[in-house]
Amino acid sequence: MYSQGLMGVEETPGGEQDLLDRFQARIDAGEKIEPNDEMPEAYRKTLIRQMSQHAHSEIVGVYPEANWVTRAPTLRRKLQAMAKIQDEFGHGLYIYSAAETLGVSREEMVGQLLSGKAKYSSVFNYPTLNWADLAVIGWLGDGAAIMNQIPLCRCSYGPYARAMVLVCKEESFHQRQGYEAMVALMNGSPEQKAMGQDAVNRWWWPIMMMFGPHDADSPNTETGVKWKIKNFTNDELRQKFIKATVPQAKLIGIEIPDPDLRFNEETGDWEHGEIDWDEFWSVVKGQGPCNHDRITARRKAHAEGAWVLEAAQAYAAKQAARNAA
Amino acid sequence: MRENDTPLYEVFLRPRNGLSHRHVGSLHALDDQMAMQNARDLYTRRGEADSIWIVRSADLIASAPEDKETNLSPSDPERKPYRHPTFYVLPKEVENM
Ligand SMILES: [Fe+2]
Ligand SMILES: [Fe+2]
Repeated sequence: MYSQGLMGVEETPGGEQDLLDRFQARIDAGEKIEPNDEMPEAYRKTLIRQMSQHAHSEIVGVYPEANWVTRAPTLRRKLQAMAKIQDEFGHGLYIYSAAETLGVSREEMVGQLLSGKAKYSSVFNYPTLNWADLAVIGWLGDGAAIMNQIPLCRCSYGPYARAMVLVCKEESFHQRQGYEAMVALMNGSPEQKAMGQDAVNRWWWPIMMMFGPHDADSPNTETGVKWKIKNFTNDELRQKFIKATVPQAKLIGIEIPDPDLRFNEETGDWEHGEIDWDEFWSVVKGQGPCNHDRITARRKAHAEGAWVLEAAQAYAAKQAARNAA
Repeated sequence: MRENDTPLYEVFLRPRNGLSHRHVGSLHALDDQMAMQNARDLYTRRGEADSIWIVRSADLIASAPEDKETNLSPSDPERKPYRHPTFYVLPKEVENM
């Protein structure tokens, strides 16, 4: 997976006050919302946006990994990469179908991805330069995704929460296989160790950005929390991630490329260096190193796979006619 | 024909004998055979089921949320408490019944 702090939502709860109050009372009582229940339009729209961004991220997220499947160092590593990639496509499909319960079609959502209108997690717009990048994506990228997704298993919208339960069951494998590949590199030759460290150096900051802008710069967090679409803020999730990751890095001799990273004894929190938000926003807006490649690859796959859909449609029509006769 | 027109199916899995089939999600497919294959690939990559049921979503008959009151409230413990075991007061000596 890969969900990001919600991007580009200007929606504020509007509409009929009665409905909003009734709805809020249900949320506050811990009730889940199901597809045909009454819900404020802004809740529906916010969910469609968040879920479609999330699903797109799962799909686009396989491209950086697919780049190394044919050059995996052993057959075992190749098998695990392929299994993970199949899972990620599956995650996309779980979430698209959960989003469809809100009255949007998958075709519409995919169309928005292909036209460049829809966003997906910025982290996938960075290149995978060598095999070690796959190890780091599994360990840290999926590690960050897990932090984001576990709380979503308890989100207020039933179909999204249930899809997240399926997803989370599979993420642990993703993270562990990445960390294991990383351990192998860090137990290897000086060149292999250098490769591992270099990959962490390049991915650390894009992965920190996966949690989205700081809470102070994220005005929609409040609405998300109020409606229980979000149970933790971006900064809270980032903090949990750093806490979990620092000892894992230390254990295998990886240095986290942030000279300002320090543990504050008083607060019990990790303080980290400044995140380059200019870079974040430019990648979100399409200026990252691989934005163009990712969308181009997705469009190509869509166009070149069109015949499969057409053939299946022709076959289904023929079968239906035969059965009717 | 656009992808939109591909039928939606609901998928139910029985993890093992002795349990009921449970709804796990949905998928798009052109026909029943393709739906079954997609259900297997999408929802059972790790032995999650020993039996799969699929049904076209259009064929499901669901109660309407606005009928909830009339459908469900007659069995509400508040309205017909005598349908529930705790309504009946037994002598203290009877410990478990
Ligand atoms: Fe995923
Ligand atoms: Fe994953």
